[in-house]
Amino acid sequence: MIRALVRFLDQRTGTAPFLRRTLRYLFPDHWSFLLGEVALYAFVVLIGTGVYLTLFYEDSTAKVVYHGPYGPLQGQEMTHAYRSVVDISTTVKAGLLIRQTHHWAANVFIAAIVLHLLRVFFTGAYRKPRELTYWLGLTMLTMALLEGYLGYSLADDLLSGMGLAIGYGVALSVPFVGANLAALMWDGPFPGSYAFFPRMYIVHVFVIPALLAVLLAAHLALVALKHHTQFRMSERESERKLVGVPTFPGQTPRSLGLFASVVAVLFLLGGLVQINPIWLWGPYHTYSATNGAQPDWYLGWLIGALRIVPGFDVVIGHYTLVPNPFWGGVLLPLAFFGFLYLWPWLERRFLGERGYHNLLDRPRDAPLRTAIGYAVATEVFLVFLAGSADRVDVLFGLPYIPQIWAYRVLVIVGPFVAGFLAYRVCVELQRGERVEHERRRAEHAARVARSRA
Amino acid sequence: MSKARAFLVAAATLLVGRGRRRRLRPGEREPIVAAPTPRSPDAELVAIGLLLASAASAIAFVVIYVLDRLPAHTQLLGLALGLAFVFLAAALTVTAKRLVPNEELEDDYPEQEHPDEQERVVQVVEESGLTRRRLFVLALGAAGGSIGLALLTPVASLGPALHLARFSLTPWRRGTRLVTEDGEPYRADEIEEGTFYTAFAEGADKEALASSLVLVRLPKSELDLPPENAGFDADGILAFSKICTHAGCAIALYRKPMFAPTDPQPALICPCHYSTFEPAKGGKVIFGPAGRKLPMLPLAIDGKGFLRARGNFDGPVGPSWWGVRMKRPTT
Repeated sequence: MIRALVRFLDQRTGTAPFLRRTLRYLFPDHWSFLLGEVALYAFVVLIGTGVYLTLFYEDSTAKVVYHGPYGPLQGQEMTHAYRSVVDISTTVKAGLLIRQTHHWAANVFIAAIVLHLLRVFFTGAYRKPRELTYWLGLTMLTMALLEGYLGYSLADDLLSGMGLAIGYGVALSVPFVGANLAALMWDGPFPGSYAFFPRMYIVHVFVIPALLAVLLAAHLALVALKHHTQFRMSERESERKLVGVPTFPGQTPRSLGLFASVVAVLFLLGGLVQINPIWLWGPYHTYSATNGAQPDWYLGWLIGALRIVPGFDVVIGHYTLVPNPFWGGVLLPLAFFGFLYLWPWLERRFLGERGYHNLLDRPRDAPLRTAIGYAVATEVFLVFLAGSADRVDVLFGLPYIPQIWAYRVLVIVGPFVAGFLAYRVCVELQRGERVEHERRRAEHAARVARSRA
Repeated sequence: MSKARAFLVAAATLLVGRGRRRRLRPGEREPIVAAPTPRSPDAELVAIGLLLASAASAIAFVVIYVLDRLPAHTQLLGLALGLAFVFLAAALTVTAKRLVPNEELEDDYPEQEHPDEQERVVQVVEESGLTRRRLFVLALGAAGGSIGLALLTPVASLGPALHLARFSLTPWRRGTRLVTEDGEPYRADEIEEGTFYTAFAEGADKEALASSLVLVRLPKSELDLPPENAGFDADGILAFSKICTHAGCAIALYRKPMFAPTDPQPALICPCHYSTFEPAKGGKVIFGPAGRKLPMLPLAIDGKGFLRARGNFDGPVGPSWWGVRMKRPTT
């Protein structure tokens, strides 16, 4: 049976040697290598649940009066887009489960990518010969952020509409071409023409997912071509020798088990933990807004950045050179991703990083890299926290304005302090290891001396 | 005890393996999966049990789906499907840990590079002769670039990228009445202190950014309007664009002092990034990221007591862009 199948495949595709190599391809064993896999599996869930949602979603902003089963919205004017998402959540059997699972999967997808990125950065896994893999991964992260934003914007509820308004404000803020860019995307001033939602829709359900799929395939192909990196766990691992578990039989049940775990968590979240109850937010109008508006977690850093910038536009005469949202909405993400894209080059150019690496560093092994990465991460995290200052005000009564002033100082001081501390910790850990090593050697020498005597 | 057993098993395996390796009988083959398959009937039973539990949960999902009208339908569906995958994951974990051989193998990393092959690739390209024809390469670039440009040109149809007049259009003109969301005209005596109202230009598209207003009434003694906004109020009623000049959200918060000595002055606030505008000073920014004051609309009360615009906004509505300060709002 198996022999017949393999023979059939080999005779028609000639892939038996490839299959054999694939079955015995080695996966080094470390929990942190599973983060990318989690992202992959969340992506699979996103595709599945997403396709299901398209069977009910309507990308039209034409107005309709709601006469569905959900009482509080009865008789309200709304767009077809919003009504269709309310219907998915209320009248489509299992629709709410699939919609919530989709939303949770998006959050988990991006969280897994970010953790994967942290692992790759702090262990130096991006170094030669794996820079291309790293750049593809970064590009997927930017795509995923945009994809998530477009996804929840499609619901056209009050919260998502506010998000789109901010997106419009940020687009307008691009120096020299902002308004032209926005007019192009929205087909006129906000809220744009009937064409805008279909544009978002096709980008969300086809353009970006297709791009992600292609980038993902290339990312995985590159990983396989150069083989996985590994930690030095014993004497066996080296820059030339890879130690790991083969795809089959060892790794297959592990990976499938992880896949099932991710799917399980996502469906449990989708069924049991409410997320984005759009029927409570109500339909969006340009003239309404709700207090305590928070985006999905992965955009929290952008809203925080938009909030802490002091109020000024850079103006020359009557020409507005830099409208305010540019700093937080454009410059910060550009600087952050610019740093990440350039990092492998910066490290080679300025930190003297050389060579060809299959063995990973521990964060302490490269104190400067760890310090710089930690400083950047601290900056992003502080800005992210600033985005929740309004909730902190409501929940804990800490007044908003002093909080913002504190963050304005912290985002300047914090990264330096964090970077310095990280550097010291790395150096102390290294020193501790050397002392421990010395102690062991001395004890060993003493034992040898005793046994001789 | 167990160590002794493990030792015996290992020794036996080695012995048997050695014996076999020496004389492979015809039809017999060298093993590839080197590690022995763990013999654990218990684990197999557990895995089978978990797989059956997974199947049962999946069936439960179907049953719950069919049995409509259960309370907490979504929760039950999620629980059933989630558990199906939980059991599957557990079964696979048992499989990985106990049922398949646990090999840890070594392999060589691929070669760093292939200098000979690189050289051959370069040679093939060079010997094609194409790279030496400079003009040809230039022309090829010109054709490629131009075709790319041509194919991108239709993108310009996406929107009026070069016609930005609509960004400064408003529906307000002298005499336009202020109406509620339902189109009822506002009377001046309806507007009370201590709260805010949303108003629209009569007959205009309510969703257009320049249509909506936020109305507040302040005691006339508290007004401190700058000279250019002098007389914009109608008996203490002030009208501002409802769209924040920072990023385009709607101004939806009105802070009025609860305890005068410590609380700040009345202010209009955007809940997106907390740009804070002071109505008594003509919409001046007093906190937050907005870079321009809130546009103010001059008001009048007509003979019947209805609120009307006395002209257009004193500045452009909505978020800033490069030309936002170059044009007055027009109708």
